[in-house]
Amino acid sequence: MKPVNQKAWLMVLPVLLCVAFSAVLPLMTVVNYSVQDILSPTQKVFVGLEWFREVMQDPDLHGALLRQLIFSACVLLLQVPLGIAVALAMPAQGWRASLTLVLLALPLLVPWNVVGTVWQIFARDDIGLMGQLLARAGFDYNYASDANDAWSTVLLMDVWHWTPLVALLCYAGLRAIPEAYYQAARIDGASKLAVFRHIQLPKLRGVLLIAVLLRLMDSFMIYTEPFVLTGGGPGNSTTFLSQYLTQKAVGQFDLGPAAAFSLVYFLIILVMCFVLFNFLKAAEAPADATKGNAP
Amino acid sequence: MARIELVNVGHAYGGAANAGTETRWALRPMTMTWRDGGAYALLGPSGCGKTTLLNLISGLLTPTQGRILFDGKDITQLGPRERNIAQVFQFPVLYDTMTVFDNLAFPLRNRGWKEAAVRTRVGEVAELLDLAADLKRRARGLPPDAQQKISLGRGLVRTDVAAVLLDEPLTVIDPHLKWLLRRKLKQIHQQLKVSLIYVTHDQVEALTFAEEVVVMNHGEVLQVGTPQALYEAPEHTFVGHFIGSPGMNFLPCKLGANEARMGDVTLPMDAEWLARAAAAGTEHQLGFRPDAAEVLAAPVASTAGAAWQPARVQSFQPMGTHSLLQLGFGGGSVWVRAAAAFQPAGDYVWLRPLPGKLALFADQRLVPRSATEASIAPHASTPEAGAAP
Repeated sequence: MKPVNQKAWLMVLPVLLCVAFSAVLPLMTVVNYSVQDILSPTQKVFVGLEWFREVMQDPDLHGALLRQLIFSACVLLLQVPLGIAVALAMPAQGWRASLTLVLLALPLLVPWNVVGTVWQIFARDDIGLMGQLLARAGFDYNYASDANDAWSTVLLMDVWHWTPLVALLCYAGLRAIPEAYYQAARIDGASKLAVFRHIQLPKLRGVLLIAVLLRLMDSFMIYTEPFVLTGGGPGNSTTFLSQYLTQKAVGQFDLGPAAAFSLVYFLIILVMCFVLFNFLKAAEAPADATKGNAP
Repeated sequence: MARIELVNVGHAYGGAANAGTETRWALRPMTMTWRDGGAYALLGPSGCGKTTLLNLISGLLTPTQGRILFDGKDITQLGPRERNIAQVFQFPVLYDTMTVFDNLAFPLRNRGWKEAAVRTRVGEVAELLDLAADLKRRARGLPPDAQQKISLGRGLVRTDVAAVLLDEPLTVIDPHLKWLLRRKLKQIHQQLKVSLIYVTHDQVEALTFAEEVVVMNHGEVLQVGTPQALYEAPEHTFVGHFIGSPGMNFLPCKLGANEARMGDVTLPMDAEWLARAAAAGTEHQLGFRPDAAEVLAAPVASTAGAAWQPARVQSFQPMGTHSLLQLGFGGGSVWVRAAAAFQPAGDYVWLRPLPGKLALFADQRLVPRSATEASIAPHASTPEAGAAP
């Protein structure tokens, strides 16, 4: 056994301190709030799991959670295939490739609240380009009053905003596939579909894993854009989890339930990412397992 | 199986517009025939056009000019799918998600084979390549040598393969497995009588593997010949330099009427040979292999007047089976092989290049010893090439 050098702790101490103050302590504060009823700055009562119980039975929260799950599922189902398709269609080199890359990166550079504002105006049926065009085409479209319209607008906005991220990741993944694979496929007489199915898609697994995780986490925590665009309305129809949480904590100052809910929210995201990560990883595992005992 | 003919085939990346200038050719226009069932090695340094030549044959590239014939049939415009070529790349190319069986079956399924026929054929090829036990495993988890065999197998499953092209297939293989795989390749070659073209920059690999070696440099085929011919009669200074370790010694020389002068050394030579060399080019070099010279530690009585020359010892390396000497000689530096027991006595040794093994080069190209020899040499570009009796 090697002697353990305890000096290593000294080396990681600065990082530990940073993490403690930036993440662990705030999280502990939230835990603290979640088990107490804060009546005033000087008065508080320990309530145990009361807030958790209350939050778990809150029908508004159930609604927000359901909307959130549907929204995130839609985001993944739309953006991942679309991102792959865009990456496949992109030119591989030359000035066209550079131009496409810049154009694709543009939505990612726009501040999130600006994205919301842009779409809020863009989709208005009185002065917005898209709203006007839809209205003239005979659609009864109004995202401020119709829940379905609000939903589709929020989704469309998110697709516009974030598909480029998936596309850029996939583009990088595609460029990393050695030319020999395509050459071998040509010699083997593989169709375009077979090349996609047996070469490109398997080789994209790594970047797709990252893309799916990023999009899942980000979409699950989405706040700014729908807040600016619809304010969660009409009614509660586009109120997602983080917005509901903000309403509770900052709007109503229900710090206890809000804290309890934050922890639940945090756990949900953690568990989802954990499950998803392991699920996607598992697809690669059998091949790796045989590597060790190969003759 | 097929005889492969390249007729005036040249290739420039970027198309004909780039082909104009001499330097832009990735492969300079060349005419060459590959015998049906032959085992060829394409040898040359990185970037010399080996892979371009290979890709032209397999159809991955369409030549900028010229025609490619398989058994006399023009297939220049056909794609790789129609050409029935098996190609193995530098690193294993596998379909990651598939089993070994599915990998081998892939080309057949793409061609619409019936599943029963696929199973029989894949079984045969797996047997041939010793992959039968691994058929159900995922191709990806196998060791590199098995993966390369799968790559090869995907080419071989197709019946009537015209040729197997291998592009430095042993690069990623462990040294102790290399010779096993190379032997397997030879075995398959003998069993299937299929033409093999093997690209490598490793001369040992080329010389041990191939019946004939094609040496390339700067997009040009410099010589085609048996390993022995390449060693004994390199037609280009590059071939002499590239084949053999250490390579051939070259000394720039001035030609006289009856002798060649290199620095302070003068060697008597055949007048007619010298005349042809002078006519063939302006820059001349004398070449001899490290084992084509005698060396003595001290002058003896017979050395006087017998073309023995003093040479300064620059380095001395006992190699076990022989010794290697680097000598200052004729205004340059040469490598000479001596017996294992040889020991230089002082700073100088006495050297005599064997007159029968000297080679004369004019502008990098070999000047044959006699005019008749020139007519036999298949790639002599000298005008008297057609003057065979």
